[in-house]
Amino acid sequence: MAYPPEFLYTKEHEWIRVDESVGTIGITDHAQKELGDIVFVELPKPGDRVTAKETFGTVESVKAVSDLYSPVTGDVTAVNSKLQDNPELLNSDPHDAAWLIRVRLKDRTETESLMTADQYEAYIQSAAH
Amino acid sequence: MPLLWSVRAKEERYSEPYPSSLEEIGLATPAGLPLKRTALNAAHKVAGARMVEFGGWEMPVEYSGIIQEHVAVRTRAGLFDVSHMGEIEARGPAALPLLQFVTSNDVARLKTGQAQYSALMYPEGSAVDDCLVHRLGEGHYLLCVNAANTDKDFNWITRHNTQFGADVRNVSANYAQLALQGPLAATILAKVTPIDLSSIKYYWFTHGECCGVEGLLARTGYTGEDGFEFYFPPAQADLVWSALLGAGQPEGLIPAGLGARNTLRLEAAYPLYGHELDEETTLLEANLGWICKLEKGEFLGRDTLLKQRSEGTRKKLVGFEMEDRNIGRDGYPVAIEGEVCGRVTSGSMAPFLKKNIGLAYVPPHCAEPGREIQVEIRGRFAAARIVPLPFYKRRSQEPGVRSQNEEKKD
Repeated sequence: MAYPPEFLYTKEHEWIRVDESVGTIGITDHAQKELGDIVFVELPKPGDRVTAKETFGTVESVKAVSDLYSPVTGDVTAVNSKLQDNPELLNSDPHDAAWLIRVRLKDRTETESLMTADQYEAYIQSAAH
Repeated sequence: MPLLWSVRAKEERYSEPYPSSLEEIGLATPAGLPLKRTALNAAHKVAGARMVEFGGWEMPVEYSGIIQEHVAVRTRAGLFDVSHMGEIEARGPAALPLLQFVTSNDVARLKTGQAQYSALMYPEGSAVDDCLVHRLGEGHYLLCVNAANTDKDFNWITRHNTQFGADVRNVSANYAQLALQGPLAATILAKVTPIDLSSIKYYWFTHGECCGVEGLLARTGYTGEDGFEFYFPPAQADLVWSALLGAGQPEGLIPAGLGARNTLRLEAAYPLYGHELDEETTLLEANLGWICKLEKGEFLGRDTLLKQRSEGTRKKLVGFEMEDRNIGRDGYPVAIEGEVCGRVTSGSMAPFLKKNIGLAYVPPHCAEPGREIQVEIRGRFAAARIVPLPFYKRRSQEPGVRSQNEEKKD
């Protein structure tokens, strides 16, 4: 799966797509491969505040629980309700249909420290053996 | 020492904090020794396995995915490399009295060619390990033990052997072990062995040829399905592995890893040492009274078990189902009416039953099916309910008999 060039990426394998002041956040294809079969996702509610570099929920595979880290600070405007009944969507379509939350950005400059698609691909290549 | 990707599971260690985001971990045993590898290590990697550390070994946790592998075993067949398990041989006229003393089950009942599930015992009534005891012949037994406990078990048996004088050897290095499990296991195996499989009953074994290799073929397993375990020389491991996968291709046989092995045994409510069993838990507390033959004569732990049988136990193992979609995992606290009084020993999403299930210890007076309990998940109580065990029981071999699971589906 290619890494969309319009996304920005974190070292914790989340992606964010920024449209004006709203960011859509998800996990990358690399993340879903590492997790294996995803069976449950715990997400915040609309209106909750998320903070850059802090956890905003968890994604669970059969064997493990992993924290989700927000790339940005802001208020949650939407949560993907499809993931309640179909968490496996995160395995099949992590970059599109399985987006996690949408956030109204408090500070657009926070995205400046994130990786581009090329930088993220290089990052996951270098970490893998 | 190559660095390999691994997802660290909170449930594997009670005392560690929740895992942070995906991170690379170096694979090494606590003592800093390199991980042991089975003879099929390279074959697993070629098959695309994700490898993890388990009991000091580098093992495949999954190939195509835990859910797929689990469902394959329940509906067709899966092939597991379980060569990391240990084998201990006991020989001589003192072998029987030795094993009678250190294990809970009645070894004297075994006929040649028969195996029994048992436990190596502490005087406290708890298990050093759970194991299978096979009677190879008069005064000749083979134990199959857990990988992480092999040395501990051998040392424990040896220590008690001073009063018996049997010939006891750790022969783990002599064996590779493969488990072929599932309703189609016999159909697949029949293509590659001259042995008449219908003559091997459940928990019996024979010596014979499989894929042209001599070994011990047992009708045993840890999945709750029909199946076989084959013990044979490690030099032939690649040959047997490939031959079985080839023979099983028309039936949809796939390799299966430790991830599916765990979810399968959990659905069948089989205990896992280090979770439902440990040195602090007696066999009666773990619902293993059926492998404690208290009338067989003296054995380690018998006094404690006799006492608990008349006075009661401190805790009891129960099965539970989560009410919602969240998952009560290994190590999570269990509360009843808001008060923490127990702990989950194993908990997971169950891929065949499509529920979230688990095993937990609770006070004996709270252990009845139907009772509402709470599992603490990341600081919040989640609703669950005690259910009868096992969660899953396979369809009986006899025609006309249906398992409880089949009835539910209609």
